[in-house]
Amino acid sequence: MKLLKSLGLATALTLATGGVMAESHSEDPLKVGFIYVGPIGDFGWSYQHEQGRLAVEEEFGDAVETTYIESVPEGDSERVIRRMAQDGTDLIFTTSFGYMTPTLRVAEQFPDTMFEHATGYQRADNVSTYSGRFYEGRTVQGILAGHMTESNVIGYIASFPIPEVIRGINASYLAAKSVNPDVEFKIVWVSTWFDPAKEADAANALIEQGADVIMQHTDSTAPMTIAEATWDGLEQGETGIYAFGQASDMMEFGPNARLSSIIDNWAPYYIERVQAAMDGTWESADAWHGIDQGTTTIGAFNENIPEDVAAEATAAMEAIAAGELHPFTGPINKQDGSVWLEEGETADDGTLLGMNFYVEGIEGAIPN
Amino acid sequence: MIRLEPRLAPSRTMMWGTPVLAVIATMIAGGILFAILGKNPVEAIWTIFVDPILDPYSRDELFVKAAPLVLIAIGLSFGFRAGIWNIGAEGQFIVGAIAGAAVGLAFYGTPAIWLLPLMALAGMAAGTFWAMIPAFLKVRYNANEILVSLMLVYVADQLLRAMVAGPLRNPAGFNFPESRLFHDSAVLPLLQGMPGLTQYTRVHLGVLIALILVPLAWVLLRKHVLGFNIQVMGSAPRAARFSGVRPSSIVYICLGLSGALAGLAGLFEVAGPAGQLVPALPQGYGFTAIIVAFLGRLNPLGILAAGLVMALTYIGGENAQLDLNLPRAAISVFQGMLLFFLLGLDILVRYRIRFGARGIAQ
Repeated sequence: MKLLKSLGLATALTLATGGVMAESHSEDPLKVGFIYVGPIGDFGWSYQHEQGRLAVEEEFGDAVETTYIESVPEGDSERVIRRMAQDGTDLIFTTSFGYMTPTLRVAEQFPDTMFEHATGYQRADNVSTYSGRFYEGRTVQGILAGHMTESNVIGYIASFPIPEVIRGINASYLAAKSVNPDVEFKIVWVSTWFDPAKEADAANALIEQGADVIMQHTDSTAPMTIAEATWDGLEQGETGIYAFGQASDMMEFGPNARLSSIIDNWAPYYIERVQAAMDGTWESADAWHGIDQGTTTIGAFNENIPEDVAAEATAAMEAIAAGELHPFTGPINKQDGSVWLEEGETADDGTLLGMNFYVEGIEGAIPN
Repeated sequence: MIRLEPRLAPSRTMMWGTPVLAVIATMIAGGILFAILGKNPVEAIWTIFVDPILDPYSRDELFVKAAPLVLIAIGLSFGFRAGIWNIGAEGQFIVGAIAGAAVGLAFYGTPAIWLLPLMALAGMAAGTFWAMIPAFLKVRYNANEILVSLMLVYVADQLLRAMVAGPLRNPAGFNFPESRLFHDSAVLPLLQGMPGLTQYTRVHLGVLIALILVPLAWVLLRKHVLGFNIQVMGSAPRAARFSGVRPSSIVYICLGLSGALAGLAGLFEVAGPAGQLVPALPQGYGFTAIIVAFLGRLNPLGILAAGLVMALTYIGGENAQLDLNLPRAAISVFQGMLLFFLLGLDILVRYRIRFGARGIAQ
């Protein structure tokens, strides 16, 4: 009996020390998890986050172990996030706005796990937020669109009337207007982030209304495909409808139609944060990078773009990256004519984050 | 030669046996699918079907996920038995969530024990109202309730978007389309500390209420005259009329009941796991519940089991994605297989398989 007892004690001791040793073993790979709102697929929002995950694997090799789960509905995500935390994941990236509250709830229960929430505005000691200044890319697109349009009508396919989307519309419009005072924007709201059929309908409607350049803040390649189709059977020297790649480059979907693109490039940020987590220097912060860090990457320009236009767009891109040009620099009035920014004044991040108004010159109302 | 022979009466053994057969068939076919994808089929099936039951945390989540399905399906089963096809439970779910949330937000910050009951009443009333539209149009103008109730789902969804972008939008939320978080009195209490539940359980009071409603619905259906009238109405409408059952009141009762329960489920979701009104709230529970109702043979106890099985495939599927890196699409195919086998094998309830030549008539 006594022997049994001491045997038991010895086992318990071994187990305990073994446990401690395993914990203090610093060679364990850092577990990094990613939660995607859509299927990964071949392009678009979730695909770009997946590219970031692959870049992390590439960079750190055996020092990291990554997991991911795709198509997690925003309204039912808390369970999945918690499951990931429970599995001992050290750093979790939740990559859609709707994960904000669930991420914060789980983070409260797992204070030793680090969380990174994309596009949100609420942080905690172990919850960072990060997003991209994609509106900087819209400025570049606006310059290209303003120059390349012949009908002076630019079509814009918008998803939901949230600040992110409205910011993009305003930045595009201001840039296009600055190079072409006659430019007019037609905006179609499709109430979806990804619906090829609806996006195609919107593109066709915009083309019917005279738009010859289409911009989109939705994820599918349908508008690009529609624009590309207008290039079929054209004579030498004629041009069809132009469009821009969104989130991914989309080059292969519109070899003629694609003017340029905004590419979401999360790799630099993900590598930086994983490194910080490994070094023990990770802290809750708010990261909002743009062209400067490559989070907003501008895709190659179409060959049809005249050299001086390309140079102008490139110059704007470089000035934004260098911090010399802010896309929202006054004087800018709101749609109703009231003054928003005085001469030389630039918009602060708070206003940009909550933007819910059009700038002067854009017609129509933001849907409610 | 194999042929199907009609049974004289539906087989009771098969009625409860085919779901089990279907699960086994799904395991075999799914195992082949996973093997082709290069995964260990036994491990994959185990992860999907067994792990969620053994893991206490996943077990809690089974109930959280199944509760709205069971609640809605029970409501629907009454109508389905009477031949009244409410396909729009999703819409009733949404308006229930909106109404309940609106009440909760109207009393924002008020610590009150009566607030949750009031929200529940508002949710049920809104769901009932939404279901009364197809009921009225059916009784008065003989409009098809399948179409009307389905169309109202899209109206409800637009209404939800308008509400979160407008009157119910969080004033401090940077104009994002969602409401503020409810205060404590407007959130369903969690059943923490109940035996069998984990420390961080998300099982809330609504789950308990859904479980309590299961036997109540069974009694109503089997022992109460209303349940009898509903069943007669479904199987022999003319006989029902002769025995004094008014078809129009059955239409109102069945649609009203399913609307009320769907609205209550919506309120439970918004005041439970969500804790705020968000545009992503509807998960298609109202549609999935139709499947759950039929899987459960329109019987409240069967519906409870069917709801849990449905929840199991969701949660097991997520675990398989995380643990085994199975692609999401493969999980969806697997879930589709389960439904296919469940519905396909139903033929055995009314037919039997005969081998060899046709025998003499019995």
